[in-house]
Amino acid sequence: MALTFFRGVQTRPLLSYPSIYFALRKHNVSYCNMQNTQLETTERQEGQLKGSTREIHSKPHDKLLKDFEAVIGIETHVQLSTQTKAFCSCPYNYGAAPNTSICPVCMGLPGALPVLNSKVIEAAVKVGLALNCSLSLDSKFDRKQYFYPDLPKGYQISQFDVPIASSGSLDVDLPVEYGGGHRRFGITRVHMEEDAGKLLHTGSGNYSQVDLNRAGVPLLEIVSEPDMRTGIEAAEYAAEIQRLVRYLDVSNGNMQEGSLRCDVNISVRPTGQQEFGTKVEIKNLNSFSSVSRAIDYEISRQVDLHTQGLADQIVQETRLWEEGSQKTITMRKKEGLADYRYFPEPDLPGVTLSEEYINSIGSSLPELPETKRRRYENMGLSMQDVLFLANDITVAKFFDATIAGGADVKLAANWIMGDIAAYMKNAKVSISDIKLSSEELCELIASIKGGTISGKMGKEILFELMAKGGTVKGLIKDKDLVQIVDPVEIEKIVDKVLADNPKQLEQYRGGKTKLQGFFAGQVMKESKGKANPKLLNQILLQKLNATS
Amino acid sequence: MLSSPRLLRHHLPPLQCCFTTAPTQPPSSQILTIKKALLSGETTSVDLTSAFLRRLRRTEPHLKSFLYTPSDQTILQQAQELDNRIQNNEPLGPLAGVVVAVKDNICTCDMPSTAGSRLLENYRPPFDATAVRKLKEKGAIIVGKTNMDEFGMGSTTEGSAFQVTANPWDLSRVPGGSSGGSAAAVSARQCVVSLGSDTGGSVRQPASFCGVVGLKPTYGRVSRYGLVAYASSLDVIGCFGSSVADTGILFHAISGHDKFDATSSKRDVPDPTSQFIANDYLVSKPLKGLRVGVIRETLQDGVDPAVVSSVNSATSHLEDLGCVISEVSLPSFALGLPAYYILASSESSSNLSRYDGVRYGKQLFADELNSLYRNFRANGFGSEVKRRILMGTYALSAGYYDAYYKRAQQVRTIVQKSFRDALDRNDILISPAAPSVAYEIGEKKDDPLAMYAGDIMTVNVNLAGLPALVLPCGFANGGSSGLPVGCQMIGGAFDEEKLLKIGHIFEQTLEGYNFVPPLVADEVGC
Ligand SMILES: [Zn+2]
Repeated sequence: MALTFFRGVQTRPLLSYPSIYFALRKHNVSYCNMQNTQLETTERQEGQLKGSTREIHSKPHDKLLKDFEAVIGIETHVQLSTQTKAFCSCPYNYGAAPNTSICPVCMGLPGALPVLNSKVIEAAVKVGLALNCSLSLDSKFDRKQYFYPDLPKGYQISQFDVPIASSGSLDVDLPVEYGGGHRRFGITRVHMEEDAGKLLHTGSGNYSQVDLNRAGVPLLEIVSEPDMRTGIEAAEYAAEIQRLVRYLDVSNGNMQEGSLRCDVNISVRPTGQQEFGTKVEIKNLNSFSSVSRAIDYEISRQVDLHTQGLADQIVQETRLWEEGSQKTITMRKKEGLADYRYFPEPDLPGVTLSEEYINSIGSSLPELPETKRRRYENMGLSMQDVLFLANDITVAKFFDATIAGGADVKLAANWIMGDIAAYMKNAKVSISDIKLSSEELCELIASIKGGTISGKMGKEILFELMAKGGTVKGLIKDKDLVQIVDPVEIEKIVDKVLADNPKQLEQYRGGKTKLQGFFAGQVMKESKGKANPKLLNQILLQKLNATS
Repeated sequence: MLSSPRLLRHHLPPLQCCFTTAPTQPPSSQILTIKKALLSGETTSVDLTSAFLRRLRRTEPHLKSFLYTPSDQTILQQAQELDNRIQNNEPLGPLAGVVVAVKDNICTCDMPSTAGSRLLENYRPPFDATAVRKLKEKGAIIVGKTNMDEFGMGSTTEGSAFQVTANPWDLSRVPGGSSGGSAAAVSARQCVVSLGSDTGGSVRQPASFCGVVGLKPTYGRVSRYGLVAYASSLDVIGCFGSSVADTGILFHAISGHDKFDATSSKRDVPDPTSQFIANDYLVSKPLKGLRVGVIRETLQDGVDPAVVSSVNSATSHLEDLGCVISEVSLPSFALGLPAYYILASSESSSNLSRYDGVRYGKQLFADELNSLYRNFRANGFGSEVKRRILMGTYALSAGYYDAYYKRAQQVRTIVQKSFRDALDRNDILISPAAPSVAYEIGEKKDDPLAMYAGDIMTVNVNLAGLPALVLPCGFANGGSSGLPVGCQMIGGAFDEEKLLKIGHIFEQTLEGYNFVPPLVADEVGC
């Protein structure tokens, strides 16, 4: 995304810009103008975000599996969906007109001071606990210093040597179509920090402006251990982080809006070697699918260099994933470590957590994805079903509510994953947008199971329930859909059909028994589809085979 | 906030025509006197303010203490509004009609706020500093923004990007710094009281040089919101007045918790007014039993003998008032100076990063981003500021952090502890406010180390975050009528009230001195 790219600009000499100028407009609106030639070209549209990695289409690297091993770690930035920014009372709304949600504090005006929004701590503690981390009872904020036009103070308020949470883990179930399997990846640390603004490029492309709406928005940076070995593992790790923050309701986790950003560190080493190979960082990963594909590309690139004896050409650098060419390209070579001259933020007191506070947050945590998946598994659902249902918190909640209402687990899963999912996909809506409530799905399942309506009728009214709402009972009544389960009544219809089709009856009795289907159809038609199929067939067979 | 009318009536000396005192009388509270005169109808705010403006306009060409003053009309309009309120018997704030000057690093939305820097020339903040907001709410009339060393970095006010301020006692000398403009303005009675800021002595040293009272409050006592940051963990807004009572009333008006400053304290701020008892009502040994520790290290070699003798006589005066004097040693005292310069420079290198040419100052053109930053900062900052940014950047750099910044923080902890120990055994500590009296303009301009050494008396107090009151206690030779010497009283954290009480009794009983500079002596001496 934009942020990722411009971070690159920060330390790369600005080769691509013939001239830059910055301007001051009035006293409180900041923006800058930048002569620009190539910036536009890197702002490419990424393929649509996939909700889960099950849609990733990449090939495993056979030669790697034998001779080489990749070592992958991920830094994830999660934008918290707090009502106000981290250190001021400005709201943040993605897509708002530039510089409409700013104040002296997030503009970094001289004399303005940050005051921490306590909701940021709450979110950090939630995520820390959900990632099984140990929490620091005494952490602090630090200043990370560098110059860039989107960073209004010239430093970012972050956490350096004492993060709020560290040493945790994240459990992941790999997609069944990739062989499945359970993994546990280590979490190095979770820390709080503020976001920077954004550079906007004008249509004419000859200057850039600064939008500070995003400046000061709270972020959690989650750093994994280098525990992943394949693109799929990495993508599934990132998807699980997204699931987690959505379950916890601390972020919308939207990658396209930049609410969830992943930077990947990757190195390759001959299988069995203890030391890590040279590490390369990949940025500009806008979807789980690009995480997976970029890693797989980078693994083959590095393995190729190893096998050609050119391993020394793998250098410590930052590479950009190019969606168009499906390649990573060099963004900047690292010339030693950047010196951010961290020091404790003197404008903010230390962050002190009490055991009581942590416990109260801990006891208010919702059921987390991993726990939910294990519970679904224990309910007898297949891993495919488990992964589908637990993937999206809203779907999982709907499912949980449906079975809490007494619905059969397997039937509820089938309805949700089948017709309901198809409808949502088709209408491009989420489960919270459809008019069907879990209570009515429960009722629907019970009505079919109890024989009040047929499965076919159920399907018919399901669509109406999803699109228009209403109740199962009401629809059955309105549409006169109640099944005919009275054998006498069915017998009457059967008798009438047999009487109306003497020729076919003669043929049947002459041995053409496949005509049973014809009679069944006629009876069903005559009953306007309401005859209980089981009873219908039972009675029909009896009558057909009766010797008159 | 005035505790009771009865107290006023009985405890105040008779009203003087110009609201200051005759040469040998102790200083009175101009603020209380003004309020009384306004309420009684003896004078109007317009008349009072006009008198200050006339003096300001007459003396300003010599002093250059202000970087900006609104037009007389604008200022007098506020006075007129106040007079209307008085006419209508509307309630008046505790600073009603008090003419106040504000250091230019404290944000005012209706006046430029440059912090003495070319980079913020014509910059008008969209908000008032909390201290300024409180001044306005309490009825003060802000008469202008005072000159200062750029971003508060300096001890002479020669570091201003715009002008050099002269000392009202001798126009060839510096007023001290960095709050030199605010100190000179009070000294020359261009205003009643003024706000300064003190990071390493920037209120106390100019108070000493200009012969006025200066208060550096406890860190966190006064909100820093709207104070252009120099070194955030040390910066504090402070007060100047021509009497302890005025200084204390101003301090009380701007103090207290502020939700916009996370480092501001939630403690209550007691109203010090009741402590300001007039001389006639004092008992014979009003400070009986008070333990005063004289800091040995501050009266040793390198300190001007006239300063030493003035502080010694101040000590004797305190003894006469009943204090128990003892000598205390702060072994870490000398370490404080380098530690201060490392920490202050480190924080300033960070705080000043925002002046990068993107938002403030003149628009520059450059071929690439780094040269934009380089050109803008190289041309925009003054040499003292650049020196401190470079020192600070160095001290925070990877590989040097432990040896400098971290080490300096350890020293800071030691300094804090040694003060705590000394204040466990004493009610207050005393020392000079500066090792010398005001020196000639240009004298130390090219010798930064000599200038830094001049901060030895004050920086330790900032490292410890403690309150300190400086008040004039004597004279050294120089100028046409001598140069004032200030004595520093250091108290326990959040115990400004005690300092103000002691300071008030000290000045009310100090006989034979007149701290009105010759520049305005004719006018205010009556
Ligand atoms: Zn804001």
